[in-house]
Amino acid sequence: MFRTTPFHPRVQSANETGLWSHWAGYLVAEKYQMAEKFEYFAIRNAVGVFDSTPLYKYRITGTDAEKFLSGVLARNIQKCLPGQAHYTIWCDDSGYVIEDGVVLRLAGDQFLLTSARPNLSYFQNLIGYSRVEIEEVTEQLGTLAVQGPRSRQVIAALAPEMETIRYFHVVDSKIGDAAVTISRTGFTGDLGYEVWVDSADALSVWDRIMDAGEGHGILPFGQIALLMARIEAGLLLLDADFESSRFAWNDEHRSTPIELGLGWMLRDLDDDRPFIGRKAIRNELAEQTSRWKLVGLVVDWLDYDQMYNNAGLVPPKDHVPVAEEFMLYDADYQRVGYATSFMYSPVLQRHIAIARVKPELAKPGNRVDLEVTVNHRYERVGAEVVRLPLYNPQRKTA
Amino acid sequence: MSQPSQRKYDAIVVGGGHNGLVNGAYLAKAGLSTLIVERRHLVGGAAITEELKPGFWFTTFSYALSLLRPDIIHELELTKHGFMPLLMPSSFAPGEDGDYLLLGQDHDLNVKEVSRLSKKDADAYDQYEHDISRVCQAMKPLLDNVPPNLFSKDPEELVAMAALAQQMRDLEPRVLHNAVRLLTGSAADFLDDYFESELLKGYLASSSIIGTKVGPRSQGSGLVLLYHNIGEHDGVFGSWAFHKGGNGGFTQVLARAAQAFGAEIILESPVTTVMTVNGKATGVALEDGTEIAADVVVSALDPRRTFLQLVDPRELPSDLVENIERFRFQGTSAKVNFALDGLPRFPTLGDRGDQYRGFTNIGPSMDYLERAYDEAKYGWYSSRPYIDCAIQSTIDPDMAPPGKHVMSCFIQYASYHLRESDWDSERQNLGDTVQRTLDGFFPGFSDLVLHREVVTPLDIERVVGLTEGNIFAGEFLAPQMFFFRPAPGWNQYRTPIDGYYQCGSGTHPGGCVMGAPGKLASQQILKDRANGASAI
Ligand SMILES: Cc1cc2nc3c(=O)[nH]c(=O)nc-3n(C[C@H](O)[C@H](O)[C@H](O)COP(=O)(O)OP(=O)(O)OC[C@H]3O[C@@H](n4cnc5c(N)ncnc54)[C@H](O)[C@@H]3O)c2cc1C
Repeated sequence: MFRTTPFHPRVQSANETGLWSHWAGYLVAEKYQMAEKFEYFAIRNAVGVFDSTPLYKYRITGTDAEKFLSGVLARNIQKCLPGQAHYTIWCDDSGYVIEDGVVLRLAGDQFLLTSARPNLSYFQNLIGYSRVEIEEVTEQLGTLAVQGPRSRQVIAALAPEMETIRYFHVVDSKIGDAAVTISRTGFTGDLGYEVWVDSADALSVWDRIMDAGEGHGILPFGQIALLMARIEAGLLLLDADFESSRFAWNDEHRSTPIELGLGWMLRDLDDDRPFIGRKAIRNELAEQTSRWKLVGLVVDWLDYDQMYNNAGLVPPKDHVPVAEEFMLYDADYQRVGYATSFMYSPVLQRHIAIARVKPELAKPGNRVDLEVTVNHRYERVGAEVVRLPLYNPQRKTA
Repeated sequence: MSQPSQRKYDAIVVGGGHNGLVNGAYLAKAGLSTLIVERRHLVGGAAITEELKPGFWFTTFSYALSLLRPDIIHELELTKHGFMPLLMPSSFAPGEDGDYLLLGQDHDLNVKEVSRLSKKDADAYDQYEHDISRVCQAMKPLLDNVPPNLFSKDPEELVAMAALAQQMRDLEPRVLHNAVRLLTGSAADFLDDYFESELLKGYLASSSIIGTKVGPRSQGSGLVLLYHNIGEHDGVFGSWAFHKGGNGGFTQVLARAAQAFGAEIILESPVTTVMTVNGKATGVALEDGTEIAADVVVSALDPRRTFLQLVDPRELPSDLVENIERFRFQGTSAKVNFALDGLPRFPTLGDRGDQYRGFTNIGPSMDYLERAYDEAKYGWYSSRPYIDCAIQSTIDPDMAPPGKHVMSCFIQYASYHLRESDWDSERQNLGDTVQRTLDGFFPGFSDLVLHREVVTPLDIERVVGLTEGNIFAGEFLAPQMFFFRPAPGWNQYRTPIDGYYQCGSGTHPGGCVMGAPGKLASQQILKDRANGASAI
């Protein structure tokens, strides 16, 4: 039987569509309103609330916690001071990415790490003699993401210190009587916060946030709107843009951090910090063996419109993300990569995709051809390689 | 008043409405030193948003987007400057008897909603949408290209005419026939072929009268219906959006884009004359006497001002002058904008408010609309007007303080020429009439009103400069469209004065916040410059 999150009573009454899906064993709203695009605009122009409780959450504590994580996570946790947060990954010995997640450093020896899939046995097997404890707290904590240009006003109305919290920082706070942890993080690429609350207090926190958002256009948003926002933000999704190397059948289904465009996490590769995958990644860089480079694509609107108009069709502009592979070709019709997440972006007014291309083609401004089907035939439409994120409002980090 | 930085420009655009801004942006993008000269303290013309009461932002005139050409969004890189059309998730049409039609984003639910009114209308609704979309798809290229000159013997024009004829011949007979029915006939005849529900017909027919002195049963209303459906929002014909911050938010985006391409904008600088020497434009003179020189002058004003006010009509061919003098304006629209203490209450829906997230259409039947029109025919305003309400603050929190709302009400009919009064005397009576009508549909409405702004056709003329308050800078009537907009032989943005061009809504394709006149005029200007040819 599926589970429900601690916010479920509210989620259920707010979901006007009767459409649900399952996420990590939980019942979650695909969308609350008939128009998922309306929820999406709450994220981009007002404030939206997303129940992200189903993410796996691990509390990692102990004297050796920092040391442990600095060996397990590819991004150097020592640089993440108490009160800060990191987007991070962990890799296998061959330098392939296992998973990604956000780690909050709540205190010197206290961390909270999220992941899309369970990772407890993987982490625990690595503890050895270290003084570290890892506890899965997925069920104990409810997580509510409050995202959008008005999110600061809403959150700060409840917890005034949020007025000044910086991007990827985290503080303990209170909402009403409930003790909460609030981080300036999210999966939308917008100004936003995530509220971490004991399950028992979840409903009161939901209610207070919704009340504070009254008049600010606050709306709960579902999975579809989240996926739209995350593609624009260039945020990767496990099993859409990459697969866990632990469960991949062959290397074709594995990716290195460099291939995923996450090389920026590894600026200290030359320092003497051992972590799993370091040697392989250094080799990859030295020998330039990366097979791909993750990029953004922006489809040539004129090409796209003409292709459909010539086919006697109205060019579709569907914002619902398509999580399928779309092949990419060069001008000689040679395969040069594939797109993994494709959609029409309402704020960019273009079709966009997250894709991987051969490294030599990854330069922004390069042109590739994206394969789509029109009138039941394969057609190619031009697309420009761009840097991720595709949409990056200043307020996100301001 | 801001000052121009130079004394001579490649191009000067007179009027900073959205078409002037689009035109100036394209010219600047092409490398011309460009100055846009606006009479008022802000750009936007009929597309502005103003804070008339602290915290309440009013879309004084136009209030929604659909006709805007998508290529302009891309070519002028508008998303970089904040372009953001917000989805209207619903559309609401209250009936007279407490019934209503509430459409949303779920197609099948919409079909069910229509079938609640009439089972027969359910699939007819799909058929109607499909048929009209086919016509829109067929006609769309006409909006995005300079129309051929029917009266020219230039080989290029003959080729263009032949291509147009070929395009029409290539259409399926049913599509072409529907197009002709819409372009020449009445909306009522067209809609009657599909539907029986009066409420549904009233709702759909409302698009056939906007801005135009026709009733849904008048021949010619079909054209207006088609025009209001041929726009698109994110690829859906006939779909409308609120721009973030109202249509004024949109024109601010345009101004930023134009400036980013290098265009200069000066405000509070009314142009009195377009200067000419030997039949060639040489620049403009401002009201304060300043003269600014330019090789190209573009008027973004309406045809009457372009031809009869900015230049001396004696310099123009007399048949052109005659055509412009009889070009029909006869504005019939008004606005009443409200600041509200809360959302109106529609009793049948109890305390719900989500029905107001798009247009709320007070036009509950074809008869209602036609009766509203009757009064305008005889030089008055409707005692029960057609009202298109839009409460953008329901989806855009930037428009009003939390819990409060702004409600834009587009009103028809309000005849510019009043039979035995004048608009300065009738302004508040019109406001009261509208408020009374709204009270009828939303009991207690008046109690919510914190502030009211009445915009009469005369105000539209005075403030925006649109002659006789015609919102489209000239009626949408077949003899004033395409080959004939604004006058036979002058439908290609040029004028008889060398270097003097027109780009306002009085040129092809016409009014609405669409930008096509501004863009197409820029193409013509750039083409003429490239040819080094004189404009004639
Ligand atoms: C009440 C109302 C509601 C409408 N609603 C909608 C709607 O919801 N959606 C839609 O798409 N369309 C709507 N329209 C139509 C649309 O707004 C207009 O067709 C369009 O904005 C006209 O744009 P324009 O640039 O051609 O001209 P204008 O907007 O008229 O711009 C002309 C500019 O020139 C300036 N000017 C005038 N004289 C001089 C001078 N001598 N020197 C310098 N500057 C001068 C004016 O101040 C003005 O800024 C509406 C119009 C009105 C009036």
